[in-house]
Amino acid sequence: MTESAAKKLPRIAINERLCKGCSICVDFCPTDVLEMKGSCVAVKNLEACTRCQLCDLRCPDFAIQVFD
Amino acid sequence: MSTTVAEKKEKVSVPFDYNKYLRPNKLPHIWCPGCGHGIVLKAMLRAIDKAGLDKNNIALVSGIGCSSRTPGYVDFNTLHTLHGRALPFATGIKLARPEMKVIVVTGDGDALAIGGNHFIHACRRNIDITVLVFTNATYGMTGGQYSPTTPLESIATTSRYGNIEPPFDTCEMAKASGATFVARGTAYHTLELEKTIHEAITHKGTSVVDIIDACPTYFGRANKFKSATHMMEEIEKDGTVNVKQAANLPPEKLAGKMLRGVLHKVEGPEYCEKYDILIKEKASAKK
Amino acid sequence: MAEKKKKLLQGNEACVEGAIYAGCRFYAGYPITPSTEIAEGMSVRLPKLGGKFIQMEDEIGGIAAALGGSLAGLKSMTATSGPGFSLKQECIGYACLAEIPLVIVDVMRGGPSTGYPTGPSQSDIMQAKWGTHGDHPAIALTPSTVPEILSETVRAFNLAEQFRTPVMVLYDEILGHMREPVTIPGPGDFAVEDRAKPTCKPEEYHPYDDKFLIAPLAPFGSGYRFHVTGLNHKQDGFPTNDSKVIRENNERIMRKVHVNRESIWKNEEVMLDDAEVAIFTIGSTARSARFAVNELRKSGVKAGLLRPLTIWPFPDKAVAELSTRVKAIIVPEMNLGQMTLEVERCAKGRCEVEGLYRVDGEPITPSQIFHEVRKYL
Repeated sequence: MTESAAKKLPRIAINERLCKGCSICVDFCPTDVLEMKGSCVAVKNLEACTRCQLCDLRCPDFAIQVFD
Repeated sequence: MSTTVAEKKEKVSVPFDYNKYLRPNKLPHIWCPGCGHGIVLKAMLRAIDKAGLDKNNIALVSGIGCSSRTPGYVDFNTLHTLHGRALPFATGIKLARPEMKVIVVTGDGDALAIGGNHFIHACRRNIDITVLVFTNATYGMTGGQYSPTTPLESIATTSRYGNIEPPFDTCEMAKASGATFVARGTAYHTLELEKTIHEAITHKGTSVVDIIDACPTYFGRANKFKSATHMMEEIEKDGTVNVKQAANLPPEKLAGKMLRGVLHKVEGPEYCEKYDILIKEKASAKK
Repeated sequence: MAEKKKKLLQGNEACVEGAIYAGCRFYAGYPITPSTEIAEGMSVRLPKLGGKFIQMEDEIGGIAAALGGSLAGLKSMTATSGPGFSLKQECIGYACLAEIPLVIVDVMRGGPSTGYPTGPSQSDIMQAKWGTHGDHPAIALTPSTVPEILSETVRAFNLAEQFRTPVMVLYDEILGHMREPVTIPGPGDFAVEDRAKPTCKPEEYHPYDDKFLIAPLAPFGSGYRFHVTGLNHKQDGFPTNDSKVIRENNERIMRKVHVNRESIWKNEEVMLDDAEVAIFTIGSTARSARFAVNELRKSGVKAGLLRPLTIWPFPDKAVAELSTRVKAIIVPEMNLGQMTLEVERCAKGRCEVEGLYRVDGEPITPSQIFHEVRKYL
């Protein structure tokens, strides 16, 4: 136990209906986990996520949250 | 999200459940992409949660403008009033039902221009109302005119040659008017803002939080900001300094920066409590 | 039974008595001549009853705070005079659309502008109806004696609470400051109405529920969490751009008063049965008119008086009916013809309608009315 448990990946929930594509979350992510795809955010590198939650904290649109 | 630090230790990430306080079917909100108001709203909801307030007991009152649309999205007793008039409506609610927690959400134009007189008098009374001023230095709802907090030289649709009116310092005005809690925060420093709002709503008396946030659509575009992020970094991050850090910084590092954090906090007799004493001790005794 | 208590009261003091009797427990206002004695009186009376008084920083703040007090569940009032009434108009429109009960007393003084603060007028009649923008219902009561100021203030609260709308009490400076003996009412002497409260579950509550013509209004803080806005809204209180909903709601707020107008109208008729010439007027001018009618009758002239205590909704039916049986209706008023046009509208040419105006800060005298009526014989 538990190397694999330690490496358990978070789940980043994106609400495409609410995302307005401002890219604040992408710009402020310290480990470059996110990217813009058209006018909505998408996950590009989940492994790098540190669960810092900055994306959620600075999202103005209730569009992104990080679950364990 | 006060729990973040603790959670980090445990390596568990539980995001805040905003739906507890939202009217989810009212989303998406009307604010433009990158508008800071949503970030401020989220900080406010976390602060309310931390304070353990009962939804039935909160009145959220606003005036007119972009930020004044906030009450429509949250599941409290919500009142969207007239331009500039949030504070007198809120004063009526608070005085009629002092047991309620009354919070005003207002913009810089709403609070300081058309509602400026109400603002200074609410502060003077020290009535137990929290006033959150969403300061984006523009009239967003009407398309980007200059406001009472627009910096000198800034471009707006009514100051195409650069603004020649000096801006208000909202915090200095609130303090001078008698508010017993005065603070400033930004959307960028969202955890600090949550803490500041929490302190404001748990303070007894008029508490004012001047919240710097971005209007990328009007202020940003007119003043050559590349994006919401650019505005947050330049205006909110680099343009401000926490009041505690400021104490150890040389004056040249503070030039042109606004102070964040709790700037003024004193104890003072609260209006509704004084009124209660008047009812119990003076009026009923006097024939 | 003990004899009723009689007091010599000023009109504005009688207004305070009426408000307290009706259950008013919240007052917010701003000092203005000639209505200030109402604020002064409420500031003394309310705290003794556990009620709340606040002097706000301006006229707009006064009505806005009173609306806040009403939303929090207290019967609320503000009082003012011409210039202050103008400043309050935006909030009056808000109260009409958001359907918040409120009593607004306007002690009318000379205008326009600062005008003649210590002189009487009746020049806010149209402002009471059309002062705020947009189509909206208006209820305005026009007492003519000091005891009537008391009883009509009670009625104003009843109508405001019953119809969820602002109700205005209009009287001129003469009535505001004159003194007359007033019988202080005891419990049960006047009906006192309270607003309807919801009986449904909070999660089913709609503040503008279209099941009702006038939906019950829950006070803020009572567990019924809802949204109030001055934007056109749906039955749940949230803003809408739906043209059908906007039209229906705008029409409903007018209709709720219109269909109930018979119960809101209140007229006094003096010697109208066989009258050949009728006088139509309100307030202190009606006192001169009553005197003139008596004098005219003594000189053999069949004169009579129609005196509305409800000026809005306008007493269309009474005027229309009167116009079929008199030669002329004389409309004395302390303005330049605000009621006269309404009387002409209702008379539809069936009789002559003639205004008698005065805007010099002096009352219209019985003798002026006497001579005006004699012209029509």
